[in-house]
Amino acid sequence: MNTRTVEIAVGLFVAIGIAALFMLAMKVSNLSTLGNSGGYRITATFENIGGLKVRSPVTVSGVRVGRVDKIDYDLHTFQAVVTMKIEDQYKGFPEDTSASIFTAGLLGEQYVALEPGGSMTSLKDGGRIQLTQSALVMEQIIGQFLYSMAADKKADKQPDAGGPEAGQSDGKLPDIP
Amino acid sequence: MTGLLQRLGHAALGYFRRLGRGNLFLLQTLASLPGMLLRPVLVIRQMWSVGVLTIVIIVVSGLFVGMVMGLQGYNTLVDFGAEESLGVLVALSLVRELGPVVAALLFAGRAGSALTAEIGLMKATEQLSGMEMMAVDPVQRVIAPRFLAAFLSMPLLAAIFSAVGVFGGYLVGVGLLGVDDGAFWSQMQDKVDFYDDVMNGVIKSIVFGFVVGWIALYEGYDTVPTAEGVSQATTRTVVHSALVVLGLDFVLTALMFGG
Repeated sequence: MNTRTVEIAVGLFVAIGIAALFMLAMKVSNLSTLGNSGGYRITATFENIGGLKVRSPVTVSGVRVGRVDKIDYDLHTFQAVVTMKIEDQYKGFPEDTSASIFTAGLLGEQYVALEPGGSMTSLKDGGRIQLTQSALVMEQIIGQFLYSMAADKKADKQPDAGGPEAGQSDGKLPDIP
Repeated sequence: MTGLLQRLGHAALGYFRRLGRGNLFLLQTLASLPGMLLRPVLVIRQMWSVGVLTIVIIVVSGLFVGMVMGLQGYNTLVDFGAEESLGVLVALSLVRELGPVVAALLFAGRAGSALTAEIGLMKATEQLSGMEMMAVDPVQRVIAPRFLAAFLSMPLLAAIFSAVGVFGGYLVGVGLLGVDDGAFWSQMQDKVDFYDDVMNGVIKSIVFGFVVGWIALYEGYDTVPTAEGVSQATTRTVVHSALVVLGLDFVLTALMFGG
């Protein structure tokens, strides 16, 4: 094997290796979307952000317009502060845009959904969304559901209140007079 | 009783002696790496035998690993109606784990054993001593270019493995099983992070290249200069490389993704 052939083959090997790395970077990973560092930031405060994470998507009408950039906790208002980075091409949301945290599917990841309002002035870089709706926490919903079920049951049982079963059915100890 | 203790002590001392020699050997090799800048032709020759000749097995294995993961992943994901996540599954497992690890295992079997046998035979036929007689440092002339070639080839091979594997998963998932083309790629790009996933995989493969190159060359350099010694050293290279790669993979994964 002469040196020229060996060198060409090694050159080809290195080129293929770098091309594979490039393909992993561009086609497989998010580097292509990460690259455009342009965009403007808006913040929103939530009572509860549920399972929202940094880099979760921000959507309007289901179209992804940006990502969650930073999640912080404000010790003065005791609320979560979510900073979102919106791509430059989606500029000019009205000032009274509202933000809600939804879940994609039943068990999917959580995302921020923006709902444009009707104001004439638009959100600036660093602007803040006033109207927010927190994430729905599954335990709370189930808790409320069970609570209302129990309340319904109690209402049904009301006529024969005082009977021996009534005290047991709602899980409370019977009152001792 | 004392005989047993003596045997145990002998084995332990022998083990530590080998470990110490191995570390000195590594230091010597690293010290002679800068000299390789003056003679890149030696490294290119070794990259041919270490890297280029390993491409075929890497590409074929990568393709089949990706295809198998596409099939298996689809069967599980389709139960949850989440078959669009197939791309994420294939890409993450390849980029994070299988790419570096399986490529390193194949590399140890294909290139590491060849390196050990070559160096071992050089020692058995006293070529290394001959070089020393001619005032040529065998570490500088023989070991360092091979070490550098292994170190440089391994990340490239792992990247080729991962890329081909993703393509294999694409062939099976989109071509054969009918997963949506756009969802396959867009979900993958959504979930695979360049720094957290791809770069950590590359770092893993660099570490594996270093370790496999070290083990293979040291086993050859330290071999008992007989036919039997060379064969044992070659076996040890493959076994030790595989064990160290898998063990280190756990440690690196815990450091990178465990937190």
